[in-house]
Formats: sequence, structure tokens, C-alpha cells
Amino acid sequence: MNPQRLMTRFGKALIPVAISLLVTALLVSLAGVNPLNAATELLRGSFRDLGAFANVVNFWIPLTFASIGLIITFTAGLWNIGVDGQITIGAIFASAVALSWDLPAPLLIAAQIVAAMVGGGLWGALVGILKARLGVNEIFGGVALNQIANLATLYMITGPWQPPEGGSVRSSPPFPPEALLPRLSDDFRISPLMLIGVVVALIVVYLALRGTRWGLQLKATGKNPRSALLMGVPTNRTVITAFIVCGMLAGVAGAFRALVVFQSLRPLVSGGIGFLAILVALLAENRVLLVPFITFVFSALLGGSAQLKVALRLDVALVGVVQGILVLTALLFKGASERFQATSSQPSRTATRPEVAHE
Amino acid sequence: MNIELRHIEKRFGAVHANNDINITFKGGRIYGILGENGAGKSTLMKILSGYQPADEGEIRFDGQLVDYRTPQAALRAGVGMLQQDPLDVGAFSALENFIFGPLSARGLRGKAAQAELARVCERFGFEIDPELPITQVSIGGRQQLEIARLLALGVKALILDEPTTGISAEQKQTLFDALKQLAREDGMTVLLVSHKLEDVIALCDEVAVLRAGKLVGAQVLPATTRQLVEMMFGQALSPAERPRSDLSGASPALKIVHATLRSKRLTVEALSLTLRAGEIVGLAGLDGSGQELLLRACAGLVRLSSGQIWLNGLDMTGESYRQFLAAGVAFAAAGRLEEGLVAGLTLTEHIALSTETGAVVSWERARALTAQLLERYNVRGQPESQIQQLSGGNQQRMLMALTPEQPTLLVLEQPTRGLDVDSARWIWQQLLERRDKGAAVLFASPDLEELVTYSDRILVFYAGKSTEIADVHPQRTSVEMLGRLIGGHFDEVTA
Amino acid sequence: MSDPLISTLAGIVTNATPLVIAAMGETITERAGIVNLSLDGSIVLSAMSGFVVAYSAQQILITSAGMTAPEAAGLSVIIGAIGAMVVGALVALLIAFSSISLRQDQVAVGFVLTLLGTDLAVFLGTNYARIPGPQILPTDLPLLANIPVIGEIFFQQSGFAYVSYLLVFGTWWLFFRTRQGLSLRAVGERPEAAFARGIPVNRLRYLYTALGGAVVGLAGAAYSLNVRAGWTVPPAMGGDGWIALAIVIFGGWHPFRVLIGAYLFAGLRSLASVIQRTPGIEINITLLNAAPWVLMIITLLLVSSGALERLLQVLPRPLQKPLRGILRSDPPAALGTRFERK
Repeated sequence: MNPQRLMTRFGKALIPVAISLLVTALLVSLAGVNPLNAATELLRGSFRDLGAFANVVNFWIPLTFASIGLIITFTAGLWNIGVDGQITIGAIFASAVALSWDLPAPLLIAAQIVAAMVGGGLWGALVGILKARLGVNEIFGGVALNQIANLATLYMITGPWQPPEGGSVRSSPPFPPEALLPRLSDDFRISPLMLIGVVVALIVVYLALRGTRWGLQLKATGKNPRSALLMGVPTNRTVITAFIVCGMLAGVAGAFRALVVFQSLRPLVSGGIGFLAILVALLAENRVLLVPFITFVFSALLGGSAQLKVALRLDVALVGVVQGILVLTALLFKGASERFQATSSQPSRTATRPEVAHE
Repeated sequence: MNIELRHIEKRFGAVHANNDINITFKGGRIYGILGENGAGKSTLMKILSGYQPADEGEIRFDGQLVDYRTPQAALRAGVGMLQQDPLDVGAFSALENFIFGPLSARGLRGKAAQAELARVCERFGFEIDPELPITQVSIGGRQQLEIARLLALGVKALILDEPTTGISAEQKQTLFDALKQLAREDGMTVLLVSHKLEDVIALCDEVAVLRAGKLVGAQVLPATTRQLVEMMFGQALSPAERPRSDLSGASPALKIVHATLRSKRLTVEALSLTLRAGEIVGLAGLDGSGQELLLRACAGLVRLSSGQIWLNGLDMTGESYRQFLAAGVAFAAAGRLEEGLVAGLTLTEHIALSTETGAVVSWERARALTAQLLERYNVRGQPESQIQQLSGGNQQRMLMALTPEQPTLLVLEQPTRGLDVDSARWIWQQLLERRDKGAAVLFASPDLEELVTYSDRILVFYAGKSTEIADVHPQRTSVEMLGRLIGGHFDEVTA
Repeated sequence: MSDPLISTLAGIVTNATPLVIAAMGETITERAGIVNLSLDGSIVLSAMSGFVVAYSAQQILITSAGMTAPEAAGLSVIIGAIGAMVVGALVALLIAFSSISLRQDQVAVGFVLTLLGTDLAVFLGTNYARIPGPQILPTDLPLLANIPVIGEIFFQQSGFAYVSYLLVFGTWWLFFRTRQGLSLRAVGERPEAAFARGIPVNRLRYLYTALGGAVVGLAGAAYSLNVRAGWTVPPAMGGDGWIALAIVIFGGWHPFRVLIGAYLFAGLRSLASVIQRTPGIEINITLLNAAPWVLMIITLLLVSSGALERLLQVLPRPLQKPLRGILRSDPPAALGTRFERK
């Protein structure tokens, strides 16, 4: 790649970022805060010390799990909005094991994670079966199942898992110590197990999409399910397995939220990470290897949001606004630059468009 | 209205679609526009009807220079075009389709609209029920409605793109009578784009022939088919030879016993059919008469409502499409990029998808196989090209490369749709080769000539009923007779 | 309003009003071939904007025009509703612009705007949460309100409900009784055909996306200025946008069926709260809250899986045809696709 092309490519990524920063700065000024102050506080919130950085990593791990899961469903042309519910059910299943099984720590931890994968996978399978076998659009199936998963959490907390003291209805009883994942150190409270897990998941998904028949079938189904079916691809099965695998990865994210972040089951346990992951997948455009970088930026924003609230009394929703604007401008910018390219210059560039000149 | 075209130029990238076209069409006459696929005739007609502006050149109506770039403006100037697949709205009734757009903008609605439609229909013997949903009207009926609409708008020139494909002999007669009446009585200029020479000879006063973007000839009729073919191709083609297959002793490849097939719109009842290995059976009929349903049932894409289907002596009733594939059925639908090929995948990925069987794909093996197949099937494209970058003919060749070498049964929906004569002949050569290796072939086509040329037997469908013409022979089964049959005149062939 | 059944039914109409309006806006947009998936965010953002505009208008009317708070309420609500409609239309225009002019995926942009709308509303509206603002009270419609039962259920409501009736009827009239409606539907069904007849396809898609968005904005105002009046964080109406989207599918893109769908959903919700208040029935409230979502899946299942069609085939033939006409639920054929002149 020549330097000029590299520059254009770099510029293309930078312009949407610059635009969204500008818009956000405007909004922050509207709220009566100096945008530079906000940026400094945000960075301080994320990277002030090892503890703050661990906090960022603890957002990064579940967000990355969910995002690479979504790359799978996006490749198959599916809008898995239900991923947030899959995270939630994963958390519920992991909590069930943590609260009711009596096993030594290593076995218990393995059982919790397997249970979370089963739960997330089941919840994903439900969307997949509704879509593939019964024709219910996966967006609506997913939205409804997200709500039902949230209500299921509430039900468990206010019903079967109500803490014995009866005091707080805001969470289940805390998990026993054997259920918790070992940490690197007391200063740097991250789980090495999960860190290794997320890297392995990244590599496996990358290889699966590139080099397996399943990956090729996902891609074909995503581009044209009708043709794929006629070429012998079992499209229904492909769709359902895509949802299941995504659900399993999301389930691990859910287990992480419950076991590491809260150490109990709480309402809205996913913290909206599923929705964020959809934004990540939109930005990554099916490129798995881009995912960890995007999720890192998003996690740094999340990690700093609490500091914004404390130091500047800015609502944490600001972080959602920044992320939303970033993805929106990225989409708009992509459209605008493609449009510009199509109308100006070389006709050979537009050769990807079909049937320009029949007769 | 006299239409003069001067120095018309149109390019699509490297393709010179119209190269300095100069011609005058006079009012009151009917012109046939001839040329093989890609000759530039559709481009020229789209320029004339406002769908695509020309790059250069001028158009004069009765000596007046006109300049328009939309179909709407062309209509205002007096030119209307009837598309091969009429541009109407499936969710609307016939009457709604009649008025929506310019007629309703003039305030035409309700009773007045009905009266206007009835007036045109009566003059030309069109039969249109204004309340009927357009999805329940045949292509011929939809064409009549569109012509009625263009006339109500007061066009002075009418362009028709392949109007005789997929309509019955009766509808064709009505159409031709109407066009003659319009030319003789109203002084209308009529342009007929067609690759059916017999239609052109029967209807037109003059022909204009395009080849590779240039106007290569104009002639006042009468002329013989041979002369016209020479003008189109630069030389006369010998008629396709169809060596008869010897079917004695061949085993049945496909057997359907007393089947009922249902779709939302129609039911085919009491259908029985046996195809022996090496036999070619063609399905004729107007669009949506039941032949597509039978094809899809034979491919396992539609389940039988009752009855049985056997492949090579194996009962396949109720089995899935994948089971049919495994039993040696190969299906090719009419829309290549809608059903068959995956836009966005490369040629290698297509080959890998249909040949790789392990969990892990060997891209090296797939690439090597692709290169080999591209050469064997004469596909112009690279293994890494995406399929939609190929031309229609090359896509069809690729589809052929993807079908198994020795299938039990080939099920084909319009195997040569949109292909020029050369490509069509090549495709049939491939199909006949597979037939010779023992495959049974079942195909449907709106092209009656193709049906008569290649079939051993033809099943004719009309509104879900089928009748059979056994032992088709070009001498005994004429295209005209087939045309009457698909219009429902079954009693005429009992002899 | 003495009979508890009648007052319950009237309550359902009240609660359904914003859903009816939102679903009607989406029906208009989708009939033109564009999906505005951002409904959930649009509604929240316009509810917040409507509330803030109305609240500020009321303050201004009180301080500079010397009105009392109740006197200023009516006018402020109208101003607020207009503000909400402008916001709804702007969000919709963003979707029209990105999908028509920039060729981006409607679902992707719509989804991003769903999230962004809610976050933006929470961020900008955080200072206005839980403060009393203007709201309009039920007014009996003369004559109509006195009709027994019907009058009590439908005509002793607030202005938003009356607007919703007019909106449903007006939409139906537009679709099926005017030539503009014919063009609108043609654009959503087969844009190439519309283009060939001189109908400006993309201009109409812009127009009806914005119009539908404005109506969705009005729905937002109907939350913050009428039912459960006021603005809260987290937004009380969160999730209803998705239900409205599902109702459009359930309603087969037909205004009257969409209306019935919205009433059914609101009815089910109030049934849940009735059950909860009934002594002797002990049931966890979260289970009841899940009911609308389960119902959403079931209704979509009935519509999408062809179960309705199979049900119809069991019935005697003479009944099948009219019922099929009523239950027809094909989406506009070009919904979600792009149109470009070739």
C-alpha cells in the first residue's frame, strides 16, 4: 500500500472521530461544562491508577465477548438485537450454579461458565428458531426476549433468590467465595482466566469465519439465503447455529458481569453491553481483528463515565451519546465518501455494481 | 408522428451500446427492431422512451427538436413504452393501476376512469375486469391494460419490448390487430422490439437491424426469415440439430403418481408423469399456470399435497430439498442472482461451497478446481472475481459449472433467459451432453421455439390443468399450435 | 363513569392513545417503503423535548403574559406538541437522508438512533426530570360524549385521543381515497413503476418519512404531556416504541387494524394490572409485566408463520375469501429497499 492510500485510509477513520468529538464538545458546553475539562476527567477516570485501568479491562472483556459473537450473526445477515438478553440469561444461569451448587472452586467456576454458555446459547437458539422455523423477524423476537430476560432477573431476585434478611431487593445474596474468579492481584483486580478466554475466543472465531465450511455457509446465508439454500447450504441450521454460538459467547459475558463485576445477580445485569456490542459490530463491519481495538475505546469511555458524574455532575448518559454519535457519523461518513467516489472519477471503481450494461 | 434520430451515442464504461445511430420512423407504420442480445436495441428504445438519456445526439418529432430525460417527459412528448414485464403494482387492482400517476394527476378517478378504460377496451377487444387484483391478471391482460393507459394519455408513438413472450396465441392476435388498427387509423408510430422473426414478419412494415451498437440495415418487408437472420448475425445460422435419444429400455428417472400441488394461487390436480433417463420434457404455459409449481415439486422445494414422487425407484415423497440433492437432482431457477448464485461471494467461494465436504475448507484445492472449471466451461472471469461482476452469459456458464456432472434429473426454469443466441446454444450443448450421459431433463420456457426444438415431449399447462403432447416433432408440432394450446384451447389437439 | 367495566375500557383508550399515534406514524413511513426503526428512541427524545418546550412555554406565558398556570397549560401543551413533532421529523429525516441519499442500511441507522435518542434525552433532560409541568385534562366532546357506553369510553378523553381518532381516519382516507395515497402506496410497492409514471419516488419517501416521524414525535408528546404526564429518568415510555413497531406488522399496515392492535395491547396491559389488584390472586408482578412481550411474540408468530393462513383453510370456503381480505398482512413489497434510477 502506497503512503497516499494509507493516508486516505487513516483520514477516513479520523474524520468521523473528529466530527463526533466536535458534536459532543458542543453538547458538553451546552450543559455548562468546559469540554477540555470533561475530556481530562474522563481520561483520569479511566487511567488514573491500576484500579481504574482494571475497571476499563473489566468492561473490555464482556464487551469483546459479546461483540465477536455478534460478528458471527452479522456475517449470517442477522440482526441479533437479542444479544443483551443472551448476556442476561447467561448471568442468571451462572448465578444459579453459584448459589445452589456445592463444589470445590475450580469445578464450580467451570460449571458456572458452562452453565452461562448453555443459558445464553438457549436464549439465542430461541431467537434463531423463531426466525428460521417460524418466520418471526429476529429484531422483534430479540427485543421481546431482552425484556423477558430482564423481567426474569427481577423475578429471581424478588422471588426464589430473595436475600434471607429480606432487606435489599436490589440484588441476590452475594455469591460464596468459591464461586468468584481468581484475580491477578489486589491492586489489579482482573481475571487472568477470562483474559485468556477472550483472546482464545477472538482467534477461534477469526479462524472459523475464514477457514471453515461453517464460516463460508454463514457468509453465503448472509449474502443471499435463497441462493445459499439452493446451493445445498442448510440455511435454517446455519441461522440457528449462528444464534447459538453468539448466545454462548454472550453468556460468558453475562457470567463475567455477575461473577466478576457484581459478585451477585442484579437487575439490568448486562448494563446495556449487548446494545453497545451491536454498535461495535457496526463499526467493525465483520472484521474480527478490529473488534478488540474498538471495544477498548468504548470501555475507556465507560470506565471514565463515573468520574464525569462525580467531578462535573455530567450524566453518565453522555457516554452513550458519544458512542452513538460516533457510530452514526461513521455510517454517514461511509455513505458520503462512497457516494463521492461513485459520482467522481474512474468508472472502473464502480465495477462491483451489477448489470450496468445489459443491452 | 415522425421520429428522427440523429447521431445517437450511448456508452456504458467500455461498452459502446449505441454508436452513431441515424434513423427515421414514420407515422402510421410498424417497425420491427431486430438484433441479438447486446446489439443495443433495448438501449436505443430506453433513450427514445426517456428511461436513459443519450450521451449525444438529437431527437426530432415531426421536425421539432425534443429533449427529455425521464419517461414522464417522454410521455408528455407523445412516446410511451410497454415493458416486457409490465411496470404495474401487484397490490393494486386493474383500475388503480390504470389511473395511478399521470391519469390521476389529471383528476381521472372512479366512474369516469372506469368509463375511459372501458372505451379503449371496447375498441380493441381487450377484456379487463377493473376490480380484479393485478396479480390475478395474465401477462397478456396486463399488457392490454398498459396499452390502454398509454392510449388514454394520448401517446402518438408506442414502443413494445418483446410483447409476445409468455402470452397466448389469442392474446397475440388481439395485440397485433390493435397495433395494426392504431397505425392505419390513428397514424401512430409503432416500434416492436423482438427476437421472434416470425412475429416481426407477420406484423411489421419495415425492420431496422442493430449489431454491436450500430445500425447495420433497414429493409421494407416482406423479407424471408433467412434474410433477416443474415442481417442480424452477418451469416445464416444452420437450424439446431437435435439428435433424438433412444429411450427404449431406459429406466424411469422420475415418476410422479397422481399428484396434487398447491400454491397460494392455484392447484394442479391429478398429475402423473414419468421421465426416463435420457429424456427431455418441456413444460409450456402462460406465467403462473402451474409449470413452475411442478418444477419446484420435482426439485423437492414444494411438497406434494397428495400423491407420490419417485426418483430412480426411490420414494421421495415428503423428503427435503437436501434429500433431493443427494438423490441427484440439480435445480436451476430463472433468476440467476436471486436464486442460484450469491452476489458478494467469489467464484472460488462458490466452488468451495458446493464441493468442499470437510469442516475445514482447503482454499488451495478450491482455487485449483475453480481455475480448472473456468477453463472447461469457458467462463470469462478470475477465481477471485465476485460473481455479480460477470456478464449474464458467464454467470449462466458458472451455474452450469456448479451443477453435478452426472445428475439423475436436471430441473431447469427458463435455462436460456436473457441469453443471446450463441450462449443459448452453448448451454443446450452442455445440457444435451449431460442428457447423453443419462440425465433426465425437465425444463420450462416461455420460448415456444425452444420447447419445440429440444423436447421429446411437452406438457402444456393452462390454469393448473395439464395436457401432454407426446413425441414432439417440428413437422407435426408447430409453434402456432403450441401458442393456441397455452391459451387453453385443448380441444384442438385431440387429433 | 360509574360502571367499572366502562371506566376500565375508557382507561384502555387513554393508555393506548400514544401507541396508536406512534404506530400510525410508522405505518405512513413504511407504506412509502422506508423503515423507521428508531421509534423507541424517537419517542423518548420527542417526549423529553415536548415536555421541555411546553414547560418553558408555560413559564414564559406565566411570567410575561401574566397568565395563571392552568390558563397557560392548553397553549403550552400545543406548543410542546409542535416541538415534539419537529424533533420526531428531524430524527426521521436523518434516516431518510442516510438511506436514500447516502445508501446506508435503514436498520443500522435506525438502531443507532434508537440508542442515541434515549441517551440524548436522558443527558439533555436530566434537569427537567420529575418536575410538574403542563398537562391537558379530559374534555367531553359535545353531543358525542352523551352517547351511552360508546360516548363514555371514547368521547370523554383528552385532546390527544381525539387527535388519534382523526389521525387514524385521515391516514385511511389518505391511503385509499386520494391520488396522493395512490402514489404513496405505489412508491412503497413498486418504485420503478412509480418512477416510470413521473412520480418523484425519493422526494415522496423523504416527505412521508418526515411526516411519519412528526406523527411519532406527537406520540412522544402524548406520553409526556398527557398519559403519565411529565418526564422521568429513566424514561417511563421506554420499550413502547418496539411495541408500536410490532403493532404495525400485526395491523398489516392498515390503519384500522393497527388501531385495533394498539387497543388490544393496551387492553392486555390493563388486564395485568387488574389481576394484580384483585384480592385472592397472588402472582408475582414481574410475570404479569412480561405478558405484553410474550403477546408480541405470539402475535408476530401468528402473522409470520402462516398459522393464520392454515387456520383459514379449515373454515368453510365462502367465509375464507372475505376473512383473507381482512387478515391480509403482506408488507409493502419494496419495504426497506433502495430505489435508484438505472
